[in-house]
Amino acid sequence: MSTIKVSIVSSSEEIYSGEGTMVFATGSLGEIGIAPGHAPLLTGLVPGPVRVQNGDDEKTFFCSGGFIEIQPDIVTFLSDRAERAESMDEAEAIKAQEMAEKNMHDKEAELDYTKAAAQLAEAAARIKTIQKLRKNK
Amino acid sequence: MANTKEVRKQIASIKSTQKITSAMEMVAASKIRKTQDEMRLGRPYSEKIKEVISHIATSSSEYSHPFYEHRETKKACFIVVSTDKGLCGGLNTNLFKSLIQVASTLNKQGIESSFALIGAKAATFFKSVGGNVVAKVQKLGDKPDPDALIGLTKTVLDLHQSGEIDRVLLCSNRFVNTMTQDPNVQQLIPLPAPEEGDLTTIHWDYIYEPEAKELLEGLMTRYIESLIYHAVVENSACEQAAKMFAMKNATENAGELIKELELLYNNVRQAAITQELSEIVSGAAAV
Repeated sequence: MSTIKVSIVSSSEEIYSGEGTMVFATGSLGEIGIAPGHAPLLTGLVPGPVRVQNGDDEKTFFCSGGFIEIQPDIVTFLSDRAERAESMDEAEAIKAQEMAEKNMHDKEAELDYTKAAAQLAEAAARIKTIQKLRKNK
Repeated sequence: MANTKEVRKQIASIKSTQKITSAMEMVAASKIRKTQDEMRLGRPYSEKIKEVISHIATSSSEYSHPFYEHRETKKACFIVVSTDKGLCGGLNTNLFKSLIQVASTLNKQGIESSFALIGAKAATFFKSVGGNVVAKVQKLGDKPDPDALIGLTKTVLDLHQSGEIDRVLLCSNRFVNTMTQDPNVQQLIPLPAPEEGDLTTIHWDYIYEPEAKELLEGLMTRYIESLIYHAVVENSACEQAAKMFAMKNATENAGELIKELELLYNNVRQAAITQELSEIVSGAAAV
């Protein structure tokens, strides 16, 4: 079976580097599935889970916003921050979401609305990743 | 001749200085490991984004990014990466020297320079020599946060976009090994043209989702940010290495000074004893 080279990197570390037969991620225009031999594509990366399938083996990673570059034989995820989904704490994520929501509703606080919205999106994506992972188990 | 009490006091004060410098040496030695780790961890991202950028450069894109545009240079902007704290030998001085050299060569060609400063030492330096400072960031600490650099990067890139500067250079220390750190001036914008390779010969382009302009702009900004961030992390590794050596030298010098002073102390003490003895002997003879 043909494979595609997958690398997921964040500005502070390398998250994953290896082969995959199929990769799923959320691009800025929606969910995309990447198989070997995909046409060259450049798109934004939306915070959320990235699934890398290699045969029967499947790994899930959490990526915050960034970019995806696809070449026929390589796919590169440039994430601002990425982490292994296994290492994520759901309680932490929910807390972060609550904080972000509170910040958004709190009109008194002089807060950058876009920043709060981004935080909220990220926290929601984290929770989504964890829950997806739970379901698979 | 100096009396023993004075010499003893001097020795004690140098000894306490030596204790401080040797402690600082050990702190720096342990921090080198940490900063080097950070440098290593950040490398995959820099390499990958460089790869992606080089792919983009070889594609026959529908949108040509201004960072590739070579315009006639009238004004250049230096991003200067320095340390926040001193006591690290000639690290910053050497960097500023090579910076001034490059800036004055540009000046002879009729190119004006402005500066964006990272680190407190650069700020102090430009306060004393003058110069057009467009942005400043300080107190990044031992673990530089990429977010802290966004403002500075944006200011510089905005100036480039509005045409106020035509060239952007990054001036920072390269970490060769713990013994050597090299000051280095590197051109960020315009980006170097792609090397001739397999991909340049064929005509191809990406599918862009959503828009080429939007994506490329985001990606280029991120690329420049990652280069600057990497320079800052590398510079902080340089800082610790240079600090370790400066402190090691200081500790050794203090040791030598103490040796000399101890010799002087013994001489003085011996002279005092001899004098006392001769006084006693002459006193006894007089009686």
